[in-house]
Amino acid sequence: MASKVTSAVMRQGLRVLGVAIRAEKVVFALAVLASAVYGGMTVASAWALGWATQNVVLPAFGEGRAVAGALWTGTFLIFGTALLKALGVAGRRILAGILQYRMQARSRRDVTKQYLRLPLSWHHRHPTGQLLSNAGADAEAAWAPLAPLPMAVGVIVMLVTAAVAMVFTDLVLALVGFLIFPAIAVLNLVYQRKLSPLATRAQQLRAEVSEIAHESFDGALVVKTLGREDLETERFQRRAHELRDANIAVGRVRGLFDPMLEALPTIGVLAVLAVGSARLSGGSIDSGDLVEVAYLFTLLAFPIRALGWVLAELPRSVVGWGRVQAVLDATGSMEYGQAAPASSAPARLEVRDVSYSYGEAEVLHEVTFDVPAGRTVALVGPTGSGKSTLVQLLVRLVDPGRGQVLLDGVDVRELAHGRIAESVALVPQQTFLFDDTVRGNIALGLDAGDEDVRAALRLAQADGFVGRLADGLDTRVGERGTSLSGGQRQRIALARAVVRRPRLLILDDATSSVDPQVEAKILYGLRDAAEASTVVVVAYRMATIALADEVVYLDHGRVVDRGPHDELIRRCAGYRNLVTAYEREEAERAAIDVPAGEEEEVSA
Amino acid sequence: MTAEVIRGNSERSALATIRQGLSLTPEFRKGLVVTLLLAVVATIGKIIVPIAVQQTIDTGLRTGTPDTAYITGAILVCAGAVLLTAAAGYVMNVRLYKATESSLATLRVRGFRHVHDLSVLTQNTERRGALVSRVTNDIDQISTFMQWGGLMIIVAFGQLFVATVLMFVYSWQLTLLVWLCFIPLMIALPRFQKLLSRAYTAVRERTGDMLAAISESVVGATVIRAYASERRTAERVDQAVDANRRAQTRAQTIVGFVFPLTEIVAAVAIAGIVLMGVRLGLSGDISQGELVAFLFLITLFVSPLQTATEVLNEAQNAVAGWRRVLGVIDTPPDVADPGDRGVELPRGPISVAFEDVHFSYPGGVPVLREVTLEIPPRSRVAVVGETGSGKTTFAKLLTRLMDPGAGRVTVDGHDLRRIRFSSLRERIVMVPQDGFLFDGTLEENIRYGKPSATTGEIRLAMTELGLTDWLEGLPGGLDTAVGQRGESLSAGERQLVALARAYLADPDLLLLDEATSAVDPATEVRLARALEGVTRGRTAISIAHRLSTAENADEVLVFDGGRLVQRGHHSELVGRPGVYADLHASWISAAHS
Repeated sequence: MASKVTSAVMRQGLRVLGVAIRAEKVVFALAVLASAVYGGMTVASAWALGWATQNVVLPAFGEGRAVAGALWTGTFLIFGTALLKALGVAGRRILAGILQYRMQARSRRDVTKQYLRLPLSWHHRHPTGQLLSNAGADAEAAWAPLAPLPMAVGVIVMLVTAAVAMVFTDLVLALVGFLIFPAIAVLNLVYQRKLSPLATRAQQLRAEVSEIAHESFDGALVVKTLGREDLETERFQRRAHELRDANIAVGRVRGLFDPMLEALPTIGVLAVLAVGSARLSGGSIDSGDLVEVAYLFTLLAFPIRALGWVLAELPRSVVGWGRVQAVLDATGSMEYGQAAPASSAPARLEVRDVSYSYGEAEVLHEVTFDVPAGRTVALVGPTGSGKSTLVQLLVRLVDPGRGQVLLDGVDVRELAHGRIAESVALVPQQTFLFDDTVRGNIALGLDAGDEDVRAALRLAQADGFVGRLADGLDTRVGERGTSLSGGQRQRIALARAVVRRPRLLILDDATSSVDPQVEAKILYGLRDAAEASTVVVVAYRMATIALADEVVYLDHGRVVDRGPHDELIRRCAGYRNLVTAYEREEAERAAIDVPAGEEEEVSA
Repeated sequence: MTAEVIRGNSERSALATIRQGLSLTPEFRKGLVVTLLLAVVATIGKIIVPIAVQQTIDTGLRTGTPDTAYITGAILVCAGAVLLTAAAGYVMNVRLYKATESSLATLRVRGFRHVHDLSVLTQNTERRGALVSRVTNDIDQISTFMQWGGLMIIVAFGQLFVATVLMFVYSWQLTLLVWLCFIPLMIALPRFQKLLSRAYTAVRERTGDMLAAISESVVGATVIRAYASERRTAERVDQAVDANRRAQTRAQTIVGFVFPLTEIVAAVAIAGIVLMGVRLGLSGDISQGELVAFLFLITLFVSPLQTATEVLNEAQNAVAGWRRVLGVIDTPPDVADPGDRGVELPRGPISVAFEDVHFSYPGGVPVLREVTLEIPPRSRVAVVGETGSGKTTFAKLLTRLMDPGAGRVTVDGHDLRRIRFSSLRERIVMVPQDGFLFDGTLEENIRYGKPSATTGEIRLAMTELGLTDWLEGLPGGLDTAVGQRGESLSAGERQLVALARAYLADPDLLLLDEATSAVDPATEVRLARALEGVTRGRTAISIAHRLSTAENADEVLVFDGGRLVQRGHHSELVGRPGVYADLHASWISAAHS
């Protein structure tokens, strides 16, 4: 990781700045112009002061008279240069802000567009936290040097103007300047080189401290139930102390260089006074010149540090830009065809020899089955048998390595973007709600009337609790639906699917957090209303499976058997073992505990 | 009962906040006087240049021929003073960083610990992110202020003070003039700061909105694709990004206008000095060197006032940060550890009793009413009831995650409130429904139940729970990384790990709150059998979501509407009309329909 200001980082950093400059030519040009005005006027204000000293102050003291004309000219010069300088400063700051924030916003929009465009398989490979910081902190860091950049350019203008002014005033005094200012610049460079790795490390530790706190507070219940508060505090404290030490290390470098950077220009002014007095006695300069140069040193001392600020931000910028660019350069988008499923009847689904791998590990092997129009098929299999992966293939969230998925006889890869969503609604295992109203979450861009939404809620057994919410359909559910319980969120997600009257409805264990009694009501409702749908349902519960016309039993990524539930129970040992686990257990117990258990449980 | 709400918005005055904050940070107070004295010395360095200019012009150059010896001498003295003040600056900075960082690290850790000591209810009154802020961003804000803004305030006052004193020595009339120029600005600055503070608040809010919107495009990736709502999401993100950009630009524009005002005021002052100084010079009230020195002294007014809005803003943030941090530390844990005064329970089978226990959430209706029951040691108890019947509340009271509003809960005859936490948590362990895991390996997560456990013990525990097959099916076995919050595992697998973790802790009472609800039936049955074996001789309580758990229990507790409505063995209850018989019927129909 680049944290030092090396020449490679400098080159890369300047390239990043070049990108921004090309993208926002006009704003950058105006910002630099404003900053050049500021730079030029800073030098001019020192000159104006020198002029006033020479032409107003000294004559007044020396000859005991005030020249009214010169007095007013001096005043005008001092005030005029200051006003222009102030305008330059204002313009520079505002335009630099516009430049920086526009670029940040641009990166954020581009990165998010990529997130939305890239296939789900890409998302699987990248942790959520990383993607969020790419769009947040990294986009911020990438363009951070844009804030001091115009000022730095202005400072260069300032230095050149000052050099010229000093050379014209007096060569020897200029020489003092040529010694002092490069010294300040070098000192600054050394400062930033020393500081930036330490600052990066402190920044890194700050993120780690925050991560520990996040994780620890998220797991507060576990910490409490196991009484591990001491252990957690120790873990947090270790990192907090590392952060403390890192911050103190930063402080040492700051403490050393800041006073030096302040002292150096002061020494410069003192040198100007010493050398200048000698030059004055030789008649090479007048007092006005001396005051002008000394004042110039005072004025230049601070802005010259802006060069260092840009340098200091460069390493962070290069890293941030690299991360943003990695997202923007990611390839592998899904290609869509032009076809549209014509039918409005229940959909017909065929899965032909489908295989799928995560990296090396193949999780689905030559899966074949079909779902006739209007039928309900249950996908059953133990944890990790590949059901959820299969479901993702059905709605083309991922594409199979081999084989094909056909919707009404058309390969889903040939359908145009958005066409699958028009026909197929998936309710995934992990419910996701947007920070929007209940209505917004159900409609999700669909032009659905209140009646449709309410009907969908009824079907999902969600009309009751939604009716009790403060604002009904207009209640905001909070970030990721945090104001609702797991079961409530699942029912909203279900309503989102059924409101679309999909031709194919796919439920991936979508009612796991709902009470069995409520679940039963939902399933009966779906069956009654589902004449217009084909349904694929992933389930463990018997009640759910019982609704299916056919069962596809998966194990280790293969279709082990398929057929009606009754047949499978008879001929497929694995299936029988899985779905009758509870009943068998009860039966066995009944056999053992005959004296205690009075009733008899008959397995289905 | 009422849960404590975490404090810290505005009920404390700024001064009281700072006073209390300082009292909590002895590391900061120690040696503060020396640090401040060094700051004063460092500040004096600022007036060296004006003095040198004045001396050079008035003494060195007064006559036609410069007094080179005098000038050289004076300059050398000044240079020495500069070096001295720079050294003072260095020592002051290092001391300041050490003191602030040490004291804030202590405060940070203390706040962190206190968050964990707060009750579950209190913790839940605030979003996780906000709690995290109190030990991260809020502390960072205080530290930034102490190391920059706070120092700037001291330096600014020092600088204005020494400049004014020197000016007064040279000419009281001109001093008055300078102050008259700057006073209106000083009065206006707090107003600008308010404007700026509002603008920054808007930026913070918009940034939060923006990050939330962006996170939807990542966390909701599946749903967005399944429902083809990419464009809708992109529009929401674009709006949020743009709103954030506008807020940032607005804040920057305010800064852009306020910042250079000082330059203009300074120019007015300089022009005034020249105009008035010349007149004073004519009447002999001021020397030319003194007049020129004034021009240099003005520059000392500029930087404090230029940065004043930022400094004031930081000061405000720091006080708000202090308030939030102290707010946490000041919130009393309403479920408090009796600590050393508490009872230490000996190991062995546990009995539990509820005596007329009531509970309601703050401001809510009662969720548990008149619950009286006893659970004998070594018994296996199932708790059943519909959602909202009070099952989970019962579990939370039994594990003392919450205290009852009325009545009491006892363990082995001791009121829970009198039992030392270290003892309580060792003997009673609950496995919540949501199997939260820490980012790390499977082994690390299981070991969390018993930090001293060896890998052998962990493997043994997995074998005893019948989880060896599952473990061997994982790519890395015990070394499998579980990802953040365990998200690389399925919900069912997370529950398996959480159960193993609790089992390793070897409690005398194990309480399962639907702890295997996401596990597949075959595994769940296997697990239930294994648990039956390993919890023999201990007290085991399961909040059940399926029939067989209730059937196998020594006793079933049936909750309905916050009351314990039935209790007894399954075989007795099932024949009697009532809540249990209804529940049983619906289970049967769900399983066999």
